Amino acid sequence: MYKYDQYDQSIVDARVEEFRDQVKRRLAGQITEDQFKPLRLMNGLYLQLHAYMLRVAVPYGTLDGRQMRMLGHIARKYDRGYGHFTTRQNIQYNWIKLSEAPDILAELATVEMHAIQTSGNCIRNISSDQFAGAAADEVADPRVWAELLRQWSTFHPEFSYLPRKFKIAVIAADEDRAAMRLHDIGIQLVQRDGVLGGRIFVGGGMGRTPMIAPEIKDFITADDLLSYVEACLRVYNRYGRRDNIYKARIKILIHELGADEYRRQVEEEFVAVKALGLDPPKAEFDRITKMFAPPTFATFGPQADTAPNPAFDAWRAQNTVAHKQPGYAIVTISLKPTGGIPGDATADQIDLMADLAERFSFNELRVTHAQNIVLPHVAVSDLHDVWTALDAAGLAPANIDLISDIIACPGLDYCSLANARSIPVAQKIATRFADPERQRDLGELKLKISGCINACGHHHAGHIGILGVDKKGTENYQLLLGGSGAEDASLARITGPGFSEDGIVDAVETVTNVYLDKREAGERFLDTYRRLGMDPFKEALYG
Amino acid sequence: MDNATIAIGSDEPAVTLDAFLEDQANATAVRLEAGEDARALLPHLDRIALVEVSFPSFRDGRGYSAARILREAGYQGELRAQGDVLVDQMPLMKRCGFDSFAPEAEIDAATLEAALTRYDHVYQKAADGQVPVWKLRHG
Repeated sequence: MYKYDQYDQSIVDARVEEFRDQVKRRLAGQITEDQFKPLRLMNGLYLQLHAYMLRVAVPYGTLDGRQMRMLGHIARKYDRGYGHFTTRQNIQYNWIKLSEAPDILAELATVEMHAIQTSGNCIRNISSDQFAGAAADEVADPRVWAELLRQWSTFHPEFSYLPRKFKIAVIAADEDRAAMRLHDIGIQLVQRDGVLGGRIFVGGGMGRTPMIAPEIKDFITADDLLSYVEACLRVYNRYGRRDNIYKARIKILIHELGADEYRRQVEEEFVAVKALGLDPPKAEFDRITKMFAPPTFATFGPQADTAPNPAFDAWRAQNTVAHKQPGYAIVTISLKPTGGIPGDATADQIDLMADLAERFSFNELRVTHAQNIVLPHVAVSDLHDVWTALDAAGLAPANIDLISDIIACPGLDYCSLANARSIPVAQKIATRFADPERQRDLGELKLKISGCINACGHHHAGHIGILGVDKKGTENYQLLLGGSGAEDASLARITGPGFSEDGIVDAVETVTNVYLDKREAGERFLDTYRRLGMDPFKEALYG
Repeated sequence: MDNATIAIGSDEPAVTLDAFLEDQANATAVRLEAGEDARALLPHLDRIALVEVSFPSFRDGRGYSAARILREAGYQGELRAQGDVLVDQMPLMKRCGFDSFAPEAEIDAATLEAALTRYDHVYQKAADGQVPVWKLRHG
């Protein structure tokens, strides 16, 4: 894992003092709320419906036990005893007092954490594959590139007042577990002729106008990475639209210019920028790489089969995947209990996950964009102990990638932008499909719910997506089918007229019944939809 | 950080970019509106003494790129940020190459001093000559 040196620590400490001073000036009335807003937003502090919400950065979703424990401590001391893990691998707290926010940042800084650039029109926390460093299919650890980008983007003097927010993801495998092409910049590390480099995709995103990012550069080495993204951002900062907040993301600029013209402008800018010597030397790349060296894995002999235990076996089958190291597994802890709030964890649960990381996973945890937690390096022989501890804490739903592993935004229960509630819909759907056997029979089915058109719940990328809208003062839910945030990225299409809160639960059941009826061997819901198209689903819904 | 270079707004009259390029080529002070292309000035940098970059709203960050483009091309004259310029933005502006400020609202001197001296280190190389931490780490 990356460890701060004196420079990293000094920058984060200075930020705490800067924000303390900004809050003091705001509370003293020396700056207006309008002027304070971008300052607090750049520190992840939102004003929600009921209170301030603080979003804490978890760079590329990686943290250790000590950091995780601090997140539990903050939930306990400054919030109502829980936190909410987000689709950008961060955590947010929904009941924060403005006057206490600087103290929270000071506590975070003691464990090398912060809330820098977790909101605002700047470069946000860099996200990555939650299986980085453990996945059998990766060509390199993408977090090395993500850390280079984290440092480069932190307080970037030119790109702190962009037209709109800017999200970057880095992956290093063909299987895309981070929705890379739905980011403003997505980078996929690849090997070419023995050289490691990145394919650069620019201009993806969800929101009102979802787009899948086109490839802008087919190969760039780490030596040129920062100059290249600097060029990408400079073209955007200069020419991105600022007249309309809904057209200000880079995807709109690239859509209007065309990918070829955008690429031409970036290449021209890159020539100018590359001459400036902005790229750190290879020694810096090597320094970071060393910190992401694999842990010292043990070697295991042949292992005796454990006695059958249906609950454990089901969890193991659904929530663990192969590790690159024989004898180890990657564990995904589901934060999606039936009837729970997707992504929420109590302080006690957070502490327990920290304990398990320290005891069983080389002191590492990850946050996933699907709002779950990963223990990346667990010995297969420890899986039963891990499951037993998780199960006792309500953390062992065996539902990863099944219909109840729902991504949902906070919705109208918390968010001032929302038109409709998301959480109760997620709860009702999970309850309707609570039977584990039924979920397993439905197989991989990614269901994603947003409470407004801003699409924080990724409904465009759901195999089944749900969008809450306001219809003449009543919450109404539109159904979408066929989206994917994975390597086969696609945007979901709306089925037709929307449904009431209970009606949407029925509608989800209706489309899953169509799938069960029409599927061919080995097909997921998404595959059947792609083969048959919208018609049979529409017929069943509205027929 | 050396903040002796910060002079709050002198009064040299600046002409518009269009006027400068079309018929006032003798002018030595030019005003760039947000969205105007700073590169249009590059052929003339050696005879310009002041470029005033407009910030119509503190949210409009185009001027940061304009400043860097001018400094990267070797512009040595005064580079002034004018308009809705807030104290918390001035350290970033300085890093982009601005060396004078004409804010519309009054800036508290003590707050500015604190803002400009708060960070001992920066992660990126920009237009202000500050040494990025990767350089400090590796020489």
